[in-house]
Amino acid sequence: MAVLTEDMIAAIKDYFPRYPTRQAVTLPALHIVNERLRYVPLEAVVEIAQLLELAPAQVQDTLSFYGYFKQDKPHGETRAWVCRSIACALRDGEQVLEHMCHAAGIHPGETTRDNKLTIEFAECLGACEYAPCMLAGDVLHKNLTNESAEAFVKQTCSGHGGNGQAGSTH
Amino acid sequence: MPFEPVLLANINKPESYTLRVYEAGGGYQGLRKVLKEKTPAEFIELVKSSNLRGRGGAGFPTGLKWSFLPKDHPGPVYMCINADESEPGTFNNRILMELDPHQVIEGIILSCYATKAVTAYLYIRVEYPTCYQRLQQAIDECYAAGLLGKNIAGSDFSLDIYLHRGAAAYICGEETGLIESLEGKRAWPRIKPPFPAVEGVFRKPTVVNNIETVCCVTQIAARGVEWFKSIGVPSDPNNPRDPGSYGPKLYCLSGHVNKPGCYEAPLGITCRQLIDEYGGGIWKGRKAKAAIPGGISMGLFTAAEFDTPLDFAGPGKVGCLGLGTAAVVVLDETVSMVDFLHNSCRFFAHESCGQCTPCREGTHWSLTMLERIKAGKGRLKDLDLLLEIGDTIGIIPGTTICGLSDGAAWPIKNAIRKFRPEFEEYIKRTNPTGYMVTEAVNALPVVALH
Repeated sequence: MAVLTEDMIAAIKDYFPRYPTRQAVTLPALHIVNERLRYVPLEAVVEIAQLLELAPAQVQDTLSFYGYFKQDKPHGETRAWVCRSIACALRDGEQVLEHMCHAAGIHPGETTRDNKLTIEFAECLGACEYAPCMLAGDVLHKNLTNESAEAFVKQTCSGHGGNGQAGSTH
Repeated sequence: MPFEPVLLANINKPESYTLRVYEAGGGYQGLRKVLKEKTPAEFIELVKSSNLRGRGGAGFPTGLKWSFLPKDHPGPVYMCINADESEPGTFNNRILMELDPHQVIEGIILSCYATKAVTAYLYIRVEYPTCYQRLQQAIDECYAAGLLGKNIAGSDFSLDIYLHRGAAAYICGEETGLIESLEGKRAWPRIKPPFPAVEGVFRKPTVVNNIETVCCVTQIAARGVEWFKSIGVPSDPNNPRDPGSYGPKLYCLSGHVNKPGCYEAPLGITCRQLIDEYGGGIWKGRKAKAAIPGGISMGLFTAAEFDTPLDFAGPGKVGCLGLGTAAVVVLDETVSMVDFLHNSCRFFAHESCGQCTPCREGTHWSLTMLERIKAGKGRLKDLDLLLEIGDTIGIIPGTTICGLSDGAAWPIKNAIRKFRPEFEEYIKRTNPTGYMVTEAVNALPVVALH
C-alpha cells in the first residue's frame, strides 16, 4: 500500500526542474509528506527514494539529521514550539514551557492523548523582541505568560485543558 | 535621532510587503539603473569600493567574496541566500523578509547580476512561516511584473529565485553546511578549501550571502557608495588591511531592556547607547550585569564594557569573538551566570552537528559539567576543565571544520574568565565539601564460566 498519494507525488515532481540533481529535492519532499501526514514514516522514505532515484538509506540519512521530521507517529494537529533559548529564558520562557506542559498533562516532546497538541521546546525562534514566544503551527504567539499559555492549551485541546496523560511515548 | 533608517524605512507602511508599496517608495529603481548603466564587473567594483562587509556574522567584505569567483567559468554560478537565521538573539532577517521582502529580492537580483548567477536559492529556516509566504508572494509578483525570469526589466539578464526550506538545524547557517543541506544531505560543513566560490553547491562556483547583506546591496545601488561610506566607522589608517565598518546596521535588542526590538543605527554605536537610547534602559529600574554583543556565540560584555563600540572591530577588543549578528541580549543584575552558561552550553550541545569529535564531545561534556554545577555537585576544578574545553575546540585552535564550536567556546571562556568569583562562590555554597557526587554504577552480572 503506497503512502505517497498522487497529489504528493505531483507536488514533489514540481520541484524537479528547480535543481540540477534529484537529491536536492530531498528536503522539499520530506516537507511535502510531513505537511500532509504530520510525520514521515519509513515507507514514505522508501517511496521518496524511488522518486528521487536514491537509495532509501540516503534519504533516511538526511531525514535523521534534522530533528524536525518525526518518524514513529504523527505529531498532534497543532505542533507548538516553545522557545527555550537565552532571550526567552531571561524572560521566564522555561517556566512558561513547564506550566504549559503541566496544563496539557504531557512532557516536552509528547502529544496529548486526543492528538490535538504536541508541545516541544525550540531553540531560538528568532522572535526575541517578543520573548517569551511560541510558534504554534504557523502562528507566532508573543509575550507568553503562564495564563496565556494555559488558555492556548485549553483552546487547542478538546474539552478542558488537562486532558489526561501522554500517548505511548514513554 | 538624527540618523534616518534606510533598511527599515518601509516596514511601518501599510502592506509594506507588496510590490505596489515598495515601488511607490522608489523600489527597483536602483536595479533598473544598474542593469542599464553598469556591467557586472563594474558593479562588483562599486560594491568593493563601498567596503560593505557581510552582515551574517563573519564580516567578510562582500565585493571581495564575489570577486573570488573564477573568471570565464563555463557556469552555471549559483547564489545561495542564507536566511537560516538561528543565532540566539537574532531576528533582523525575519523583519526584513516579513515586512520588506522586495528589498531582499532586489538585493538578490543585483547580487546575481554582479556574480552572473542565473539561479538563486534562498535557504529559509522552517521557523519563519510568515516570511516564507511573504517571500513567495513577492517572488510571484516579480515574475508577473517582469522583474524575475527571462530578461529582467528588459535587459539581457535572466534569473530564477527559489525558496528552499530548512528543517530546524542551526548548523545550516554555516555556509558549507547550508550547501550540503541544499543538496539534500545532512548539513555537515565541508573542509575548506575548496571554498564555495570555487566549488560550492552542485560542485559549481557559489556565493553565499546573508539577507541583510543583500539589502545593503540594494541600498548601495540606489544611493551610491558615498552615501554608504558616510555612515559608520572608517578604516584604521594604521592598518591598510582594515576594511572599516561602514554603513547602517540592524541591531537586535532583547533580554532585560524596556523596549526590545530591531533598531537601525550607524555601525559603531556603543552597547550603552543601544540600550539607553534605543532600548529605553534596563527594565524594572535594575542595573545591567552583562550583555551578549552579537548573538550568544560571541561571548559576553561585562557592564563595565558597555562603552565598547558595536562595529566589526569593537567586541574583539574586550575579548569577545566579534560583532557576529549584532544581536544584543541584556542580562540584568538578578541573572545567575551559572544559569546563563547552562543555557548557552545546552544550546550548543543540542546544535552541534556531530561531525568533529572535539565539538561533539566538548559541547556535551561542557553541558554535563554545567548541569552538575547547577545541581550543586560542582567542583572548583570543573571551571578549569571547562576553560580547557573552551580553549581547545574550534577553528581558532584548529581542531574543527567549522566555527560553530568557537561559538560554543566563547560564552564558556568569557563567562568564566569575566565572572569567575561568581562561579566559585556558587560552587562553594552549593557543594561545600567539594567532592563530586557520582551515581552508583550497578555491578556487572556474573557470567557463569564453563
